[in-house]
Amino acid sequence: MDKQRINVSRRDFLIQTTTLGAGFSLGLYLPLTGNAAFAAEKNATTVPEVNAWVVIKPDETVIIRIARSEMGQGTLTGLAQMVAEELECDWSRVTTEYPTPGQNLAREKIWQSFSTGGSQGIRGSHLYVRKGGAVARHMLIEAAANHWGVPMAECHVANGVITHSPSGRSTTYGKVAAAAAELFPPEQVELKDPKDWKLIGKPVKRLDTLDKLNGKQVYGADLTLPGMLNATIKACPVFGGTLKSFDDSKVRKMPGVRKVLRVGDNAVAVVANTWWQAKTALDALPIIWVEGPNSTLSSASISKMLDEGLTASEAFVGNKNGDVDKALRGAVKKVEATYAYPYQNHATMEPMNATARWTTDRCEVWCPTQNGEAALEATAAASGLPITKCDVYKLLLGGGFGRRGAIQDFVTQAVAIARQIPGTPVKLLWSREEDMQHGHYHPITKCKLVGGLDKQGELTGLHIRISGQSILAAVNPKWMKNGVDMITFQGFHPDGDHAISYTVPNLLVEHAMRNPPVPPGFWRGVNINQNAIYMECFLDELAHAAGKDPLAFRRKMMADHPKSLAVLNAVAEKAGWGKPAAKGVHRGLAVVKTFGSHVAACAEVSVDAKGKLRVHRIVAATDPGYAVNPQQIEAQVEGSFVYGLSALLYGECTIKGGAVEQSNFHDYPSMLIKEMPKVEVIVMPSGGFWGGIGEPTIAVAAPAVLNAIFAATGKRIRQFPLKHVDLRPV
Amino acid sequence: MVKLTINGKPVAIDVDGSTPLLWVLREQLGLTGTKYGCGIGSCGACTVHINGKAVRSCTVPVSSLSAAQKITTIEGLSADNRHPLQQAWAELDVPQCGYCQPGMIMSAAALLNTKPNPSDADIDAGVTNICRCGTFNRVRRGIHLAVTINKRGRS
Repeated sequence: MDKQRINVSRRDFLIQTTTLGAGFSLGLYLPLTGNAAFAAEKNATTVPEVNAWVVIKPDETVIIRIARSEMGQGTLTGLAQMVAEELECDWSRVTTEYPTPGQNLAREKIWQSFSTGGSQGIRGSHLYVRKGGAVARHMLIEAAANHWGVPMAECHVANGVITHSPSGRSTTYGKVAAAAAELFPPEQVELKDPKDWKLIGKPVKRLDTLDKLNGKQVYGADLTLPGMLNATIKACPVFGGTLKSFDDSKVRKMPGVRKVLRVGDNAVAVVANTWWQAKTALDALPIIWVEGPNSTLSSASISKMLDEGLTASEAFVGNKNGDVDKALRGAVKKVEATYAYPYQNHATMEPMNATARWTTDRCEVWCPTQNGEAALEATAAASGLPITKCDVYKLLLGGGFGRRGAIQDFVTQAVAIARQIPGTPVKLLWSREEDMQHGHYHPITKCKLVGGLDKQGELTGLHIRISGQSILAAVNPKWMKNGVDMITFQGFHPDGDHAISYTVPNLLVEHAMRNPPVPPGFWRGVNINQNAIYMECFLDELAHAAGKDPLAFRRKMMADHPKSLAVLNAVAEKAGWGKPAAKGVHRGLAVVKTFGSHVAACAEVSVDAKGKLRVHRIVAATDPGYAVNPQQIEAQVEGSFVYGLSALLYGECTIKGGAVEQSNFHDYPSMLIKEMPKVEVIVMPSGGFWGGIGEPTIAVAAPAVLNAIFAATGKRIRQFPLKHVDLRPV
Repeated sequence: MVKLTINGKPVAIDVDGSTPLLWVLREQLGLTGTKYGCGIGSCGACTVHINGKAVRSCTVPVSSLSAAQKITTIEGLSADNRHPLQQAWAELDVPQCGYCQPGMIMSAAALLNTKPNPSDADIDAGVTNICRCGTFNRVRRGIHLAVTINKRGRS
């Protein structure tokens, strides 16, 4: 990719004049002096912006505005790198701030999307954030040139210092920022050729680390506002059930209790001086639920519903070529297997929460959210006020993983509570138990695969039938096309960001949609997680049936998928595929294309005679096109394996009586440091496209480990999580 | 009235004695660096030190404590991020979302109190906090780096 010439829309930049110094601090609308963290709100904007993305203070501090949410994935730093690359400012002076979704609305979406999911943060905004930096640079240089009365072309900038070469005069961004803010933006800017990048591609440190080391970082759960009350909530444990009544005479006189409130049609909240008082009272509150139509729903009944879909005559088609029936009929050898993947909770470390203050003419919400705009819409809907009278102040998330994205139920509840106590800010914090039982779960599916081999042991036909839940049908039916939820087919698409990595001569991938009444949601990776298990483990089964090496078997079908092949080759080579491993150690492979990136893993495991699994090492390769911050990519890859392997080892929500049976980390465990394998990360950006980072590698963790377990034990595991499985070698 | 010694300072708090230490720290004392994750002593986000030992403060009623016990929270670990673990964590960019990290650091600090140069096996046994972002490998490297920083500081 060479330099890019980008047109600048005047509208994008002109609205600024009406909102100069609009105040991006969280404290604009409420006095926040009671909270030490916000008293130190260091980014409060008191100087005019150069443009929507860049504010430069007289002390040379560079404030870069970030629309997407930081939840650990490093997007604050990565996006700031991209703006700063074009801005040519001093990176050591860079700090960040969030514009609010209300401001975005008022400025006709000048910051575009706030949605933070689908590994979109960088790949979805790289062009316009770089443009924002380039436009600001142009205006700053122009301001200096005007001041000196010289042509702009004679000026250049490095690290925020502008120099007029012929005269040797120089000035700084901080000195000309106010004048730059008065200028019209240029009609065109030129973005750098990637080979000239100085900051993009560098493993710079995160901008948000230090406050996370000493307790200063304020998460939603930590927020304190003057006069704030604390609330906790219980919704009907049975999905679809409602609240009949509660007897607040039992708790009204308990210490600190202020209110016991009905919230929506299915929940009750206690509001008290402190959260612990609210929780104690809620636990003591007699509540009568109407369990509704789902009271007999169970894991067994859901399983039966999905089994029916595996062979049902009708199903949506996600990918099709050739004639799979004919190919299977003509196969010398047929292999068939059925896999099943359970419901899983996100279990973010910080439970769901939001703080709301409602008055008759304004409603404000402070919350950790992956989607500020969805939070604002939820605020407006629950407040009964026009959206222009609402706003949302985002706080860093104590984990997101999809739970805090499309669905903002915690915001709706917080506003519903605050609306019943006008003028008083109320912080709603869920208990872990509430969080576990009212998730929007990783959807449940099963998958039947039938593959046909010819006499050379090559795959001639593959029929994949998924049966199970659609996220979109529950979360956003508008995104479906003719009833099809293409997100169900992640990793099986004919082309695009989630394309299948193989050429199969006769292929049919179908989805029999079966939607049990358990609310599904997006989840880190989400459907690629189980689809990669289905595909990559079944390919291993086929390779074994064909008597072929799993790497060679895959390579044969990857000639038209060179980038996927390259990552697969990279892990195989680094892991030493084909060479002997340490005694008792066995290897497994997996490769996918997902969220626009090509990723592969080679896992090394051992299983002892008692069936104890040890994952020793995972070599992982990622080709995201461009690698903005390699050390953060490494962190994301390692982290994705913890999330992915926790899901494989332990992740399961079971249903009984229409409710989730698990309630906390004792029965929904997560991996610990003692189980963590060594991870070797290969970052191999090949350029020319922008792929995601936060999610892709989660998908290869489980299948690589499962294929290694087969190599170690001779056991094919097709039901998860592994905590139920006897792994003793056959 | 419950009397405690927190980060070297005596405090007297008017609170029901059954209230867990975690909530007294967070709500009465405003020390919100100590996090709520599970409330059952399972995740470790609420880890503090009592007399130098790691304790999960969500399961300790304040009535069980006395002013003679020295309670240290993440805010009291160092005044200015100078504890070797904090330096190491900054050097390696350990946190992702960061919510579990105060507890993680306090667990690691308690481990270093008893094992100044812990082996990987010591770390496996001593640090049992949940991190959903998956920072474990950097946590491990961070503990080893803190040992080096500590030695450097003393020489």
